[in-house]
Amino acid sequence: MSLTPPNPNLAIEINDLTVAYHEKPVLWDVDLHVPAGVLMAIVGPNGAGKSTLIKAALGLVKAAAGDVLIFGRPYPEQRRRVAYVPQRGSVDWDFPTTVIDVVTMGRYGALGWLKRPGAREHAEAMAALEQLGMQDFADRQISQLSGGQQQRVFLARALSQQADVYFMDEPLQGVDATTEHAIMQLLRSLRSQGKTVVVVHHDLETVEEYFDWVTMLNVRRIASGPVSEVFTRANLRIAYGGRSALGAEALERDEIRDAKPAAPIVP
Amino acid sequence: MTSMQLEIMLIAAVSAVACALPGVFLVLRRMALMSDAISHVVLLGIIVAFFFTGDLSSPWLLVGATATGVLTVFLVEMVTATRLVKEDAAIGLVFPALFSIAVILVSRYAGNVHIDTDAVLMGELAFAPFDRVVVGGYDIGSRSLVKMVIILALNASLLLVFYKELKIATFDPLLAVSLGFPVAALHYGLMTLVSVTAVGAFDAVGSVLVVGLMVGPAATAYLLTDRLSRMIMWSAGIGVVAAVGGYWLAYLMDASIAGCITTMLGIIFGAAHIGAPDRGIIAMARRRARQRVEFAQRMLVIHLFNHEDSPEAATENRVDHLGEHLRWRAGHIERIVDSARRRKLIQEQNGSLTLTDEGRTVAKESLQFS
Repeated sequence: MSLTPPNPNLAIEINDLTVAYHEKPVLWDVDLHVPAGVLMAIVGPNGAGKSTLIKAALGLVKAAAGDVLIFGRPYPEQRRRVAYVPQRGSVDWDFPTTVIDVVTMGRYGALGWLKRPGAREHAEAMAALEQLGMQDFADRQISQLSGGQQQRVFLARALSQQADVYFMDEPLQGVDATTEHAIMQLLRSLRSQGKTVVVVHHDLETVEEYFDWVTMLNVRRIASGPVSEVFTRANLRIAYGGRSALGAEALERDEIRDAKPAAPIVP
Repeated sequence: MTSMQLEIMLIAAVSAVACALPGVFLVLRRMALMSDAISHVVLLGIIVAFFFTGDLSSPWLLVGATATGVLTVFLVEMVTATRLVKEDAAIGLVFPALFSIAVILVSRYAGNVHIDTDAVLMGELAFAPFDRVVVGGYDIGSRSLVKMVIILALNASLLLVFYKELKIATFDPLLAVSLGFPVAALHYGLMTLVSVTAVGAFDAVGSVLVVGLMVGPAATAYLLTDRLSRMIMWSAGIGVVAAVGGYWLAYLMDASIAGCITTMLGIIFGAAHIGAPDRGIIAMARRRARQRVEFAQRMLVIHLFNHEDSPEAATENRVDHLGEHLRWRAGHIERIVDSARRRKLIQEQNGSLTLTDEGRTVAKESLQFS
């Protein structure tokens, strides 16, 4: 537990989070303080614990130690303020259901037990689909969607949760350019509404273009802060070392600077 | 048709629907095999409860059997969690172990009691109507029928009440947990229902038919619809058809009713597998054939488009030269040219092919011009 009092101005405050599978640490004593209204990427090599960090924050995997506060209060008390986008591959897309039905699931938490989704939930789900340009697919069986469309449906579902903090697990993984564009537009619009968005991200080349905040992870937290300050060659080297081809490649690239020439954040 | 025949059919049909309801969720969770394990292992619970009570009609037998069913699920998950074996192998380890303990107990200590392994596996549907439930001197039906009606009502009402929760926990358990739904409790609740249903159904219809009724209708319905609510209704309907059809098949063949119902389930699944509107073998083959023709038409219009207005158009874009250029068989060329002409993509004049406006549009679209 942290000795400092919780800071309710922080959208996400993670203290001393340790997660282990069979006594092997996946996350080692991670501290993370994310202010409200940022668009943050979590980057790190494979096996760095990026997805696990999100899952532990949401109570989906059991933490060996540590606590997670959302706006100063424990996650279970703040569920309604948090939306989660799991990896697209974590569900069965042959499940007998439609696009609108999946998006409506985002309202289930607010509905609570026993109540059935009705016209209001349907309208909220449609509004979310429209924001991702997917309204024409509402009655489509989900198995008929392309990967990018599936991802947009997942995003629409998170949107329908009307949360303040969004955790997204690899939303840009393997999607087409149209989808990537639509998703990034949505994330920026969320940020401009003051929402906090945390994205597990795999593409180091787009970190600076897409995000204003970044956390670099490799079992332990390497660095966390504004992209312009912490997304440096030195930190990348620590995070990726020689382990990842992607990381090594990125280290060779000139775009990634040694120190910060403060770049304006693209809104 | 005698009232006894009617009652047998009724028991079979009610059992079918009672099994089909949780069966849908088992199939969607890829846990169909768990119904096999549970429906066999409940025997152990019945035997053990019988040793304590000494009464074959005691309600404790139902409790013991249900508990064993849930224990099976728990043990399978424990073995799977070691990550030494996958879930299917874990089921293959747990269920024979528990079932064989039951078989040993029956053969060693309960030889002269009316529990035998044949009856467990095959059921005794033909004799079910003889065992009556009489309340206040009033015959309200056979024991099996009363029991299965109660279980059906239980399954239907719980599924109705927790429909939304079961759906989200089945489709996306991670989201369900993050929203605060107790996914593990829902899981064990469903498994308890499966166990209760298996216990209730097995002395009427036998454990093999229980498996058939849980998996068969759901797997068939999965091929016929893409809505969960309709899948549940289709499963129930298919279960009833198989139960009634199977009864008459048994009547005609003078064979085991349970065996014939299971056979009907197989026949219905086979028919759906072949003839289902979207996912059937025939529909898929037709779709593939149509896609092949469409693709070939596309290749043809692109070929014509590429050579349009060029000096070699006169030689390239002739029906009798297409074979050389596209390496298509003669019969294939004619078929595709004919079908493309019917779609008004191309027109033919003296053996020379030209694109229509629409054909040109298709070609451009295919080449991603706009």
